[in-house]
Amino acid sequence: MPPDSPSLPLASFLRRQFKRHWHGALRKPGDTFNPLLFYLMVVTLFPLGLGPDPEVLATLAPGLLWVVALLATLTVAGKLFASDYADGSLEQLMLAPHPLYLAAMAEILVHWVMAGLTLALASPLFAVMLKLPSQAIPSLVFSLLLGTWSLSLIAGIGAALTVGLRRGGALLSLIILPFMVPVLIFGASAVREAANGYDAASWLALLGAYALMATVLTPVAIAAGLRISVDN
Amino acid sequence: MSNMWSIIHKFGSPPWFYDFTQRWLRWLLPITVLLLLAGSVWGLLFAPPDFRQGNSYRIIFIHVPAAVVALAGYYALAFAGLVSLVWKIKMADTAMRAIAPIGAALTFIALATGSIWGKPTWGAWWVWDARITSMLLLLFLYLGVMALFEAYENRATAAKACAVLSLVGTVNIPIIYKSVDWWYSLHQPASIKFTGESAIDASMLYPLLLNIGAFYLLFAVVVMLNMRAELLSDYRTASWLQQRLGGQP
Repeated sequence: MPPDSPSLPLASFLRRQFKRHWHGALRKPGDTFNPLLFYLMVVTLFPLGLGPDPEVLATLAPGLLWVVALLATLTVAGKLFASDYADGSLEQLMLAPHPLYLAAMAEILVHWVMAGLTLALASPLFAVMLKLPSQAIPSLVFSLLLGTWSLSLIAGIGAALTVGLRRGGALLSLIILPFMVPVLIFGASAVREAANGYDAASWLALLGAYALMATVLTPVAIAAGLRISVDN
Repeated sequence: MSNMWSIIHKFGSPPWFYDFTQRWLRWLLPITVLLLLAGSVWGLLFAPPDFRQGNSYRIIFIHVPAAVVALAGYYALAFAGLVSLVWKIKMADTAMRAIAPIGAALTFIALATGSIWGKPTWGAWWVWDARITSMLLLLFLYLGVMALFEAYENRATAAKACAVLSLVGTVNIPIIYKSVDWWYSLHQPASIKFTGESAIDASMLYPLLLNIGAFYLLFAVVVMLNMRAELLSDYRTASWLQQRLGGQP
């Protein structure tokens, strides 16, 4: 960069990106509430379909709660990077002197707070509706906190690769499904162990490991995917 | 060392690759068919029946090679993606396009033959155990790569996107396998060990190894044929291809 051209420090740049996406998300509350509403609807449908027997529901609850969280993530995954791609901000971010993957992480962080964190915090309500034993609720919340972060990062990879495509929605789900499966297995097992009265720590540790690995590795793929999509 | 690099770089040249495969396929294709026939006939007809499963175990001679090569094929796909992204060699893109459907087909064959095997032995067409579920997810990975190729209009960009996707998948294959393994396990644990005694008898091991080798060769042959087809399509107006096909240059 030329020596005396103005350049924003990295921290200010990231803060600005975060605020931009945060205010954008607040102006479209649907992006937050649609996953929650979807979750509520599906959690209502399952007892109607499976029958109200509380023991049956309690047995199935750990898996159901996690599968619905995965599906809720899939419903909003397509919205990541979409508005930035549409209005050209993505190209500007690619030209900025700061790493693209950090700007992308700022957007994913906002997306996670809106779609993942709220889901994790609202999960006790859904757990009660599906008759999950209350001893499993802390594990549920913790597993969803860690898991939805991984899911948001994985959704970021899929969104980065498909944002420029016309009908990328179903393709996005197909692409990222295999990567979400370990999170589902670890998360549901954690909740199931806790519901049966055992210690869920090992499964939560695996979730944490996956989340750390995703945090380190996905930004590379996301930035590469964004560059490919813009070049398309 | 530079000689090795120059050989590898030659693969990046479409005319050189076309001539190379023309020469090699002439004898590699018959040899592959021969080895496949030998391994399959030996295993399906001449290997002794199993103590517990009788004759229904014989599908192992198709099922295991298909599964092994399907998994190896994904790593070949990812390696081609790496070469394409890092060294920007267009032949690697062609290789990726060729490998993806073949790997998907092999995965499907492994799943189908496994299902056929499972019905008489386990009593079920499908069970959710570590290996089967991991193979199903491998099929989804392959299908995802194939779908992504078709979704992009620009062929070069499509190859780059699929390279990224296949590389991400590589990291995840061990994780998928381990996570499903910890989740539930019914599938027979590994009988073929590279160190120590194998749990499978030699009279069954040798035809199995022969067929595994034959399937690897088959994979190489079919990938080469597929890549030649891609070259014929992509370079149909190029003079070097016209010369080799006997048309006017």
